Amino acid sequence: MTDLTKLTIAQLRDGYKAKEFTSVEATQAYVDAIDAHNAAFNAYIAVTPDIALKQAAAADAKIASDNAGKLEGIPVGIKDLYSTRGVHTQACSHILDGFKPRYEATVTQNMFDDGAVMLGKLNMDEFAMGSSNETSYYGAVTNPWKREGERTDNGTALVPGGSSGGSAAAVAAHLCAGATASDTGGSIRQPAAFTGTVGMKPTYGRCSRFGMVAFASSLDQAGPISRDVRDAAIMLGSMASADPRDTTCADLPVPDYEAAIGKSIKGMRVGIPSEYRLDGMPDEIEQLWEQGKAMLRDAGAEIVDISLPHTKYALPAYYIVAPAEASSNLARYDGVKYGLRVDGKNIEEMYENTRAAGFGEEVKRRILIGTYVLSAGFYDAYYTRAQKVRTLIKRDFELCFDAGVDCILTPATPSAAFAIGDKEMAADPVKMYLNDVFTVTVNMAGLPGIAVPAGLDNQGLPLGLQLIGRPFEEETLFQAGSVIEAAAGHFLPEKWW
Amino acid sequence: MTGLVDTRTPNPKNFFPGDDHDWELVIGLEVHAQVTSNAKLFSGASTEFGNEQNANVSLVDAAMPGMLPVINEACVRQAVKTGLGLNAQINNRSVFDRKNYFYPDLPQGYQISQLYHPIVGEGVVTIQVGPDKQGQFESVEIGIERLHLEQDAGKSMHDQHPTMSFVDLNRSGVALMEIVSKPDIRSIDEAKAYITKLRSILRYLGTCDGNMDQGSMRADVNVSVRKPGGEFGTRCEIKNVNSIRFMGQAIDYEARRQIDILEEGGTIDQETRLFDPNKGETRSMRSKEEAHDYRYFPDPDLLPLEFDDAYVDQIRAELPELPDAKRIRFMDEGLSEYDASILVSDKSIADFFEKVVEGRDAKVSANWVINDLLGALNKAGKSLEESPVSATQLGGIINLIKDGTISGKIAKDLFEIVWNEGGDPAKIVDERGMAQVTDTGAIEAAVDEIIAANPDKVQQAIEKPNMIGWFVGQVMKATGGKANPQAVNELLRKKING
Repeated sequence: MTDLTKLTIAQLRDGYKAKEFTSVEATQAYVDAIDAHNAAFNAYIAVTPDIALKQAAAADAKIASDNAGKLEGIPVGIKDLYSTRGVHTQACSHILDGFKPRYEATVTQNMFDDGAVMLGKLNMDEFAMGSSNETSYYGAVTNPWKREGERTDNGTALVPGGSSGGSAAAVAAHLCAGATASDTGGSIRQPAAFTGTVGMKPTYGRCSRFGMVAFASSLDQAGPISRDVRDAAIMLGSMASADPRDTTCADLPVPDYEAAIGKSIKGMRVGIPSEYRLDGMPDEIEQLWEQGKAMLRDAGAEIVDISLPHTKYALPAYYIVAPAEASSNLARYDGVKYGLRVDGKNIEEMYENTRAAGFGEEVKRRILIGTYVLSAGFYDAYYTRAQKVRTLIKRDFELCFDAGVDCILTPATPSAAFAIGDKEMAADPVKMYLNDVFTVTVNMAGLPGIAVPAGLDNQGLPLGLQLIGRPFEEETLFQAGSVIEAAAGHFLPEKWW
Repeated sequence: MTGLVDTRTPNPKNFFPGDDHDWELVIGLEVHAQVTSNAKLFSGASTEFGNEQNANVSLVDAAMPGMLPVINEACVRQAVKTGLGLNAQINNRSVFDRKNYFYPDLPQGYQISQLYHPIVGEGVVTIQVGPDKQGQFESVEIGIERLHLEQDAGKSMHDQHPTMSFVDLNRSGVALMEIVSKPDIRSIDEAKAYITKLRSILRYLGTCDGNMDQGSMRADVNVSVRKPGGEFGTRCEIKNVNSIRFMGQAIDYEARRQIDILEEGGTIDQETRLFDPNKGETRSMRSKEEAHDYRYFPDPDLLPLEFDDAYVDQIRAELPELPDAKRIRFMDEGLSEYDASILVSDKSIADFFEKVVEGRDAKVSANWVINDLLGALNKAGKSLEESPVSATQLGGIINLIKDGTISGKIAKDLFEIVWNEGGDPAKIVDERGMAQVTDTGAIEAAVDEIIAANPDKVQQAIEKPNMIGWFVGQVMKATGGKANPQAVNELLRKKING
């Protein structure tokens, strides 16, 4: 029998329909794989085999009665940021110790309504703050990819990127067919690029934020990490919805994203922003970008040079807006109502003890930055200006789209995956923040962006390209993304585990 | 915030005497009025008062991870309605901000409020101060700076456990309107008149029940003193005053405290103070330096609140008649300003009066409502809602006077019977034989008897017509008060004077 964990979501779906195998079989294969290999990656921080097998059995019944939903019987992993009823939900923070919500996030509910099977909760940077998954209270995640010549247990362990590092690693290591992720500044696209997977961050408002543990409310957006572009389209089609419980969620119908896969891009105008060519950017990133242009041009797209002049202000502005919102969003973790409480002799001391023990260093850093930029006397200099910059960044994109550009092609990250515990990154948080230099603009402008694997660097590590689209035109990205995928091929890590 | 403008001319009757010169009070009020609504401002939880602790709590109110606020449109409507009732600018676009601070009864760690762009802007409330000894009222316009919507906090309880405090979140997230006045108030009487008027307007509108004892309405009072007409002084804010009486005491104490400091050459520190109703004094809560930095910023979970003019117009069309308009109408219908002011002061009194006056004389109805009913209620310590005499019953009594069935004097007795025993006034009069005797035959017999028995008095009455009153009294006594006094009078005059 084939190894069911090797199949994509589309292949599983077709196999279920053709009665070649059942969801219970596929789910059991994943449960076994997680059991055998999760220790090598630390991708799952909670596994839910009982729930998974029960959901799989229910899915098989639906499939048998020809009543299958969009994700019927598909075993998926859920980022720990999503509230899952009765199941571990801590955004990988110590401060939410023992928290199990009595409610379900809209995104996961949509997926379960469509028949998805939950294998467990996936590791992530604490409160999604990080680009390497090293800030998780549950420890770092190991990237299934290792450098050429190092592909053994003892070879240098690399980060899977972050914050959705557990999601990306689990998908790349075939520990789930697809995973939910979330993206505030690049947390879907950067880990996807680091693991040779596809990461889709839809337009702000495309997916409901209800039940997602908030990091920065005006930037947070749910999306999938998957094996290929088609699977990303299938997953987003289930995850996205209108939701009266999230007033920032768009009241728009969800199109058939999968229909965009393989559609010709003849005549599509693809913009190449000169500002994304950074000083000191590795040659291979530059080359990859050139290859991406060629792939799209060969498929009939028109490549045009464009300018997004405010790009260089995006990262600094992001690191004002996101921490500002986070400093307020994380105020609720105070030891009073749920999660960790470290007692003190009065309420102030209890707050201090709880938050000192419950939050990790990176989270504390961002809370402090956020508190500072919102303080009396600094608010206008930082927060107000950052919001103005945000408006300008948004306008940069609008002008390009208004001029007829259909989507924009950029590198996804300025480098390939780096080592866990990388000294340079650890010593300088700003170096770590630079991982998101190509992705934060998209969040600041609320646009959709997809990262698609496009090649390997000279150490044999995957690199990704990013496509940025007009608001609510995710289909264009699936369309162009599948062209890059078809030209570049698929990238699987060489098994060392 | 616009700059402070002095709109008032100093009035010596409001001054506090001082050593070298008089002092003038400057007062501004921030009133927190709980919006009358079934659900909270951003969650579907109930707002019902008096439920068991933590019974009215949704996941949003408890600030569970991933929960998001969704605006309750009913509360928006109430705020717009209130803004219209305050003759204020309605802002078609307003923005919710987060006010960040840590406290156990604030589960989110921030209160959602409106700092920079409130839903309602400047308006005006006209208060009637008085009456003075001549029965005159002074009309004073008090400016409204703004009205904004915000969430209430929960309640910390420190008396439930030896070492811990408990938290009740029933109020957490309930919609409040913060109504900020301009510093236009110059005396305790004006402050009381303002809050009374505000409460009356809110009750007329049905946007806040105004029950201060239940905490549905409370005031932060800003008080400063100055040389009459001079520069504004440094103010102190007295937090959470929850009765009109306490407000008067708090202002009085605070004004004297500030005057004492200034007269001794000191300066006033801008600070937040608390009023202790037991001691009747205010004490410092925190100084300006200790003030929180609330780090306000727009709530990214909520889009700006926007509506069009048609929405406002529709609410405007639904506005009830407000106290000022009603007072003027009552005066047009023949009532004195004093009577009209009393009747409109409370919506329930006005409603009661309007039922009584329906088809009856305004002045007579007003007298009965004000002097008899309100007097009796006041004496019995009852509210109008608890009145043993209904508007229909009181109307019935007035009808019986009007059609001559009973005299005004008997009517007072009848009122007392209805008050104590209830029942239909007409039926009571019938059953108990209280109708006045208009049968001239019966009255004539009584008159004749008395004239016959008192010839000397008849002689006196011929010389001095006023003496006829003595005869009227005697006849009334003989008929048990039921004789129609007018008929008695006529008969006596005819018989005595020929």
